[in-house]
Amino acid sequence: MDDNKSTAPQEAKKLEPAPVPPLFGAGRGRGTAPKVRAKNTAATLKRIWSYLSIQKKGLISVFFLIALGACLTLTGPYLIGTAVDDYILKKDAGGLASLCVLLLAVYVTGSAVSWLQTYVMSGVAQRTVWEMRRDLFAHLQELPLRFFDRTTHGELMSKATNDIDNVSNTLNQSLMQLINSTFMLIGSFTLMLLLNVWLTLVALVTIPLVMLLAKQIAKRTKIYFRDQQQHLGELNGYIEETISGQKVVKIYNREQKSAEHFQAINDKLAKAGTKAQILSGTMGPIMNMMNHFSFIVLAVAGGWLAYRGFTTVGVIVSFLNYSRQFSGPVNELANQYNMIQSGIAGAERVFETIDTETEYTGSEGKQLTGMAAGKVVFEDVTFGYGDSPILSNISFTANPGDVIALVGPTGAGKTTIINLLTRFYEIEDGTITIDGQEIRSLDKNSLRSQLGIVLQDAYLFSDTIRENIRYGRLDATDEQIRAAAKLANADGFISKLPGGYDTVMSSEGGNLSHGQRQLVTIARAILASPAILILDEATSSVDTRTEMHIQEAMKTLMQGRTSFVIAHRLSTIRDADQILVVNEGRIMERGTHDQLIDAKGFYYNLVSKQFQSVG
Amino acid sequence: MDLLQPKLMAGIVNEGVMKSNLGYIWNSGLTMILVALIGLIGGVGCTYYSSIASQRFGADLRNGLYQKVQTFSFDNLDKLTAGSLVTRLTGDVVQVQNLVQMILRMMVRDPALAVGSIVMAINISPRLALVLVAVIPILVLIIVLVSRMVIPLFNRMQGRLDGLNTVMRENLSGIRVVKAFVRSAFERERFGKANRDYLDIALKASRTVAISMPLMMLVLNASIVTVLWYGGAQTWESALPIGNLIAFLSYLSQLLFSLLSVGMMLIQISRAKASADRINEVLDTEPGMTQPSGGGAGTVTMGKIEFDRVSFAYGQESGVTSYAMEPVLKEISFTILPGQTIGILGATGSGKSTMVSLIPRLYDPTEGNVYIDGTNVKQIEAGHLRRQVGMVLQQSILFSGTIRDNIRFGCPDASDTEVEAAAKAAEAHDFIIKLPDGYDTELGQRGVNLSGGQKQRISIARALLLRPRILILDDSTSAVDLATESRIQQSLKALMAESTCVIIAQRISSVTEADNIIVLEDGIIAASGTHDELIRTSPVYQDIHRSQQHKEVASHG
Repeated sequence: MDDNKSTAPQEAKKLEPAPVPPLFGAGRGRGTAPKVRAKNTAATLKRIWSYLSIQKKGLISVFFLIALGACLTLTGPYLIGTAVDDYILKKDAGGLASLCVLLLAVYVTGSAVSWLQTYVMSGVAQRTVWEMRRDLFAHLQELPLRFFDRTTHGELMSKATNDIDNVSNTLNQSLMQLINSTFMLIGSFTLMLLLNVWLTLVALVTIPLVMLLAKQIAKRTKIYFRDQQQHLGELNGYIEETISGQKVVKIYNREQKSAEHFQAINDKLAKAGTKAQILSGTMGPIMNMMNHFSFIVLAVAGGWLAYRGFTTVGVIVSFLNYSRQFSGPVNELANQYNMIQSGIAGAERVFETIDTETEYTGSEGKQLTGMAAGKVVFEDVTFGYGDSPILSNISFTANPGDVIALVGPTGAGKTTIINLLTRFYEIEDGTITIDGQEIRSLDKNSLRSQLGIVLQDAYLFSDTIRENIRYGRLDATDEQIRAAAKLANADGFISKLPGGYDTVMSSEGGNLSHGQRQLVTIARAILASPAILILDEATSSVDTRTEMHIQEAMKTLMQGRTSFVIAHRLSTIRDADQILVVNEGRIMERGTHDQLIDAKGFYYNLVSKQFQSVG
Repeated sequence: MDLLQPKLMAGIVNEGVMKSNLGYIWNSGLTMILVALIGLIGGVGCTYYSSIASQRFGADLRNGLYQKVQTFSFDNLDKLTAGSLVTRLTGDVVQVQNLVQMILRMMVRDPALAVGSIVMAINISPRLALVLVAVIPILVLIIVLVSRMVIPLFNRMQGRLDGLNTVMRENLSGIRVVKAFVRSAFERERFGKANRDYLDIALKASRTVAISMPLMMLVLNASIVTVLWYGGAQTWESALPIGNLIAFLSYLSQLLFSLLSVGMMLIQISRAKASADRINEVLDTEPGMTQPSGGGAGTVTMGKIEFDRVSFAYGQESGVTSYAMEPVLKEISFTILPGQTIGILGATGSGKSTMVSLIPRLYDPTEGNVYIDGTNVKQIEAGHLRRQVGMVLQQSILFSGTIRDNIRFGCPDASDTEVEAAAKAAEAHDFIIKLPDGYDTELGQRGVNLSGGQKQRISIARALLLRPRILILDDSTSAVDLATESRIQQSLKALMAESTCVIIAQRISSVTEADNIIVLEDGIIAASGTHDELIRTSPVYQDIHRSQQHKEVASHG
């Protein structure tokens, strides 16, 4: 399988002939996303429906409640009409009184029904978006790193909040309106027909016109709403990025410049928003106008009919009331219109991400059971992040229990070798095997469970230190956590913290130094106790004395485990069973420390630097 | 305009239909069309201007907020958290902006309609209008009660949204860790909890809101029934023409609808109120770090740095942490002369990074003072101070954008030649030009597509471009190989000969040539002096030296 083409949404492929690359919101200056795209509204609605249909019970009850409510609402004007014609004109006080009681009963029930509708519907709507949000997040977990390399965090966050919020508002307010309006339309129409066929026909005159107008406006509005949401995402991304990097912003005096850049995105957002609002906002007044127009036509026609004696005043009065109720829903829909459009636009953006191919797509890989022995073989591995190759023809064998050190200048490709072993990225050419099994045939999760990785940037979550260490093995006891921290030489400083192991890490890291964070991540890897250990500059920010102290622990940890170590410090690599000297994507030299020193090659030069400086 | 319609309508019924006056119907009809047209123009115009106004309002609010956030100290940021700030600047502003739009569109129209309807209703029949006296207070009461219930709910709802954002943000930042430890199930659960929390409160809020509408409708409908019953009787006494009763009912239902939307609006206001409170919280936050009044007299000219009994503990200003943090620095005093190069060594967590971050005022000392060229840094305008103090952080933070833009970050007007010169000095030029797009290579967030050492070198180039009086390197070559590091040091020597350099390092080799070396131990200066002095006198330094010597000895042993 190959997940490099993570850009083709599967669902979209089925519906549209050409695969559409998802909109990776344009980060700063990044290739601007295609503006106008005729997204398939029907397909999006279908997807929303598939979420809604999970809540069948709720939906069905809402449906019946709305039907009931619509009947009750329609009964009101009818009763008023009757009151005027049969009782007020005929001066029947008793009749009027009992009718009023009936009317009141209708209204009370109507209110109760309407409350129930909203109650049930908000459950349906909130659960639906809850589910969408869950799916979005779950899907994000499975996307390949390549995806995250080109999307800012804030943009994705915007999808989970701003876009889904739009969907939720739409469902909450507009869906009910939609069902309700349909009922009202059918009901009013039927009653109008019953009252007077001719007047009904007159009332229908404006409908095709309304439909045509609505369609035209709809088409354009959605594009603007999409733009708006996209810019909002971009803005979100920018805020998140600059707040995360606030230290650098401050050091380089970029506050003003950042604010200006922010303003530029903000202006784009405001412009798109204004266009969307204006266009969708005109729907209301236009519909209003249409209503008045049809009302007038009806009044004139009705007046004429009454004048001719074809019908009674009461009939006209209730008819006009119905016509108002007939146009009312249309009007309401028009008012809800911007909401519906922005909801669809939001849903589209969410689905787009959900449709991005995961790194697991197509890999019904084999499970690795038990602890792997740890024989790792790279054979002719070639790889590049973009067009230019980073690694070419990398081959080596690591026997179970070996310590393999990767040495070389920065940017030589050492971390990339690790990234391929973990399948963060997929190789283009060659094979990598663990215990004789090609890693591409393995289940990714089962593969990674065999690997314990300490990454360059010591990332910790804003949770307690205890939970951060426990991340390596979720069922670890507090004692085990403490033991791991002791091995990593972290127990000392952790105990000194005011909250000890329960100290909560602040996300941007005021309370621990970088070196201390690295020690915590080492403890995390120790706890995981993997078959294969990978240390990528794991102690780069740890001072040499502390490093010396954890050296012993590391040795114990590496015992019986195949280990890969990337480091610039000789101390860490000296005892390796095999040192691979990597330069410009190739393995230049290989051998033990002594062999390489004797060879007086690249490695010798590197090392003699160190001797010189220490001596 | 809408107000005229029922009146005209009543006219049609009373004068036209009842009196069989077809001409009157026609005339009234034409008038109505005209009125409707004017209404259309008014409506579209209103939408046009209200859209512009509300969007501009939102944009301005966001700008203001962002600028405010730029003035925040790290304590402020820690307290508000990035996840929450993101929600406040987008989601919350959208809430308020929507409200403004709605108010502009309807606040005039609906209340005017309501008032107009009342006036017209009174005009038609003062006695019938008495019903309003009873109805309106009830409606007000309902609105007040409901909004009092929902404002706190909405407030909590936005708070939970922050939680959702925070989980997501951390997950994205740590996605490599999540993948490496195969913890997506665990993360889903974590997010699931935040998501569930949000669902609960959102449901509670929307269900509470759901009560208000039917309740208000009921009250208004009841009043219609009353009017029908009472008004019907009045027509028999000929106190009220039947057309007027119909018109009155018309106005009453118009009133009903407009009051309903006013009610809706008030609910929206409750929601926006919660958001506005959160926005205000940002706007009202006092920046933890104050600028000197009057622009600040001090200037950085020579680059002399003095620490005078400086102590520092994190989390003092804002009280983010519930427990008092141990001081990281304790009564530190030293002086660095202009043009000197100072090395700082010390164990992990001994306070090295904290100490240097006080120089460009990323934090203010808890006690004591930092002086540059004899002026307290608090008296120097922050912009000027930071232009003169270049700092390369331990963790290289790059931004999405091109490599060129990242190097130019502190100096956006720098020419391409200057950028390249800085990159060359930082030993970054060679690898940059090998990239497919060279200096125009787009980086992902935090420069994900570069290796650690490459990021560090770009960070160094970024600082060098500024040619600062004072250059601080916070362990910023930890991921750079030794050969490259020594080349960088050579070019630094040439380029920054005039500048004061403060170098935090792990390797003694990085600082042997420094004019002075400070050894930090648990927040105090354990020793200071030149390499030769320290190697003779300081046990700690000897210890560090041994730890690095050790490998050489071992490698031969």
